[in-house]
Amino acid sequence: MSRRGRQTQNTVMLGLTYIAATIATLPLLLILIHLLREGAAFIRPSFFTEMPQPIGEAGGGMANAIVGTLILVSAASAIGLPIGIGAGLYLAERRNAPFATAVRFLSDVLNGLPSIVMGIFAWEFLVRPFGGFSAIAGGLALGAMMIPLVTRTTEEMIRLVPVSLREAALALGFTRWRTSITVILRTALPGIVTGALVAIARIAGETAPLLFTALGNQFWSTSLREPIAALPLSIFSYAISPYDTAHAQAWAGALVLIALVLVISLIARYATRARFGLGGD
Amino acid sequence: MPEGQALRAEPPALPLKTSARGDWMYQATITVFAAAIPLLLILIAVSIAVAAWPALSRAGFSFITGSTWDVGRGEFGAAPAIYGTLVSSAIALVLATPLALGVSIFLSEIAPKWLRQPVGFLVDLLAAIPSVVYGLWGIFVLVPLLRDPVGPFLRDTLHLGSTPLFSGPNYGYSMLAAGVILAIMILPFISAVTREVLLAVPRSQREAALALGATRWEMIRDAVIPYARSGIIGGIILGLGRALGETMAVTMLIGNRAEISSSLFAPGYTMASLIANEFSEATSDMHLSALMAVGAVLFIVTLLVNAIARWLVWRVTRGGT
Repeated sequence: MSRRGRQTQNTVMLGLTYIAATIATLPLLLILIHLLREGAAFIRPSFFTEMPQPIGEAGGGMANAIVGTLILVSAASAIGLPIGIGAGLYLAERRNAPFATAVRFLSDVLNGLPSIVMGIFAWEFLVRPFGGFSAIAGGLALGAMMIPLVTRTTEEMIRLVPVSLREAALALGFTRWRTSITVILRTALPGIVTGALVAIARIAGETAPLLFTALGNQFWSTSLREPIAALPLSIFSYAISPYDTAHAQAWAGALVLIALVLVISLIARYATRARFGLGGD
Repeated sequence: MPEGQALRAEPPALPLKTSARGDWMYQATITVFAAAIPLLLILIAVSIAVAAWPALSRAGFSFITGSTWDVGRGEFGAAPAIYGTLVSSAIALVLATPLALGVSIFLSEIAPKWLRQPVGFLVDLLAAIPSVVYGLWGIFVLVPLLRDPVGPFLRDTLHLGSTPLFSGPNYGYSMLAAGVILAIMILPFISAVTREVLLAVPRSQREAALALGATRWEMIRDAVIPYARSGIIGGIILGLGRALGETMAVTMLIGNRAEISSSLFAPGYTMASLIANEFSEATSDMHLSALMAVGAVLFIVTLLVNAIARWLVWRVTRGGT
């Protein structure tokens, strides 16, 4: 190819990557703009404090779904965080053990499992034998989804702690377990919190596993043994209903959900940046 | 036991015996937590297999090949759902792969420094949007768009209406809608992995190409991409794994009809949307078991796809650093 031909090709191909970058950022902007336009008008204080109206009637809020999502996320965190952090500690300390390699790989596989598979598993394991949908089954399904995410970030964050810190603690006479908990884990804590927030942001919007576990609830319920409402479930049922008033509620609910998820993600990102410089690693 | 401060000059006065026991208990605890991950996977596999067994053993191999899914007659052939899963994921890959590659090359090789952070952040944020919100947006924005300007454009302006791919009525809720929304959803996953493996390509590789007189594009094409190839393929397969199992947005957009149609304008089913859509209405044990069997197929397929993808990505990032 002539020199000019090569230059032209260079310009064209590099230009195409600019176009790709533009197209790739478009959907996010389109979705956010549409959400704000459709949903913002319906966000009033009453949206957070009132119960939903019967479907098809205007007004009402999503107080039960917002509280339900908070309860589900708390239950999931109570299950997913300790197991994930513990497993991450193991992977970081036994870096090259064959079992650690296997667990690392399986945790990646678990991470790629469709959420709906987790849902039918939770149904088969917790809903069918115990005779009913419940908030705790939903929390368990979401918690199981958190485990691989928390495990990997915990491992990575602990690996960032300099070996010299561990050596110093051991040299001072600390036992191994106290070194791990009071020095290593303590030092890596901000990073682990970030990882936990990322995991929470991801499961807060999950819908599919909840269809088979928490089910949703039109009424006020905070009991772990009863079906419970959740924002994603409410958005889903409003979105597929034929009434315009329900659609309005779906947009408003989606806006609240997105705001929740984005705020958590942004806090996580900012916390990582402040701690470890740009990029998070 | 005194409360230990993180770094203190005085060593905590603990008798040796207690410390050995403490170490043992600590090791045992974290090992149990680590073992929870394989245990959980085994538990998932076993309980889904047990639940799926009645349907699988009755239908045998025709569960996968049978194209009739008729709940009333108790006939369960999952072929339409498997077909829909493959086709919608294929559409998603065809649309998302070039875009993701372009963005990753842009972010790792071309973009000025001040643009990298914000653009990378915006693309990453796509992954943070919940599936159900994609579905909502799809119902009210994407489906009407496909129904009016896009559908007629493909059929009449581009004269694709005579090909089997774009024939028949176009209601908007279709395989195409599912594929497009999936493309948007997997884009951040593919681009995140691709960016990572591109950044893992050694500097010397680029410098050597430039020193030989390559243009920047030639450097990317001949020196950077070949080096990162298996990682890029891994990222694409990882995206495929996401697309195969994605549920809510697809359920809301694909039209949910258990028929195999060559037209992308026709409604269809995916394995995930079939389960999500029929589970609450399943009353007979056989219907439930059949849905579980669909879940089992989905589980096996995504397991394989993810294992292959991880292996490919590991090869590059391990070798590259």
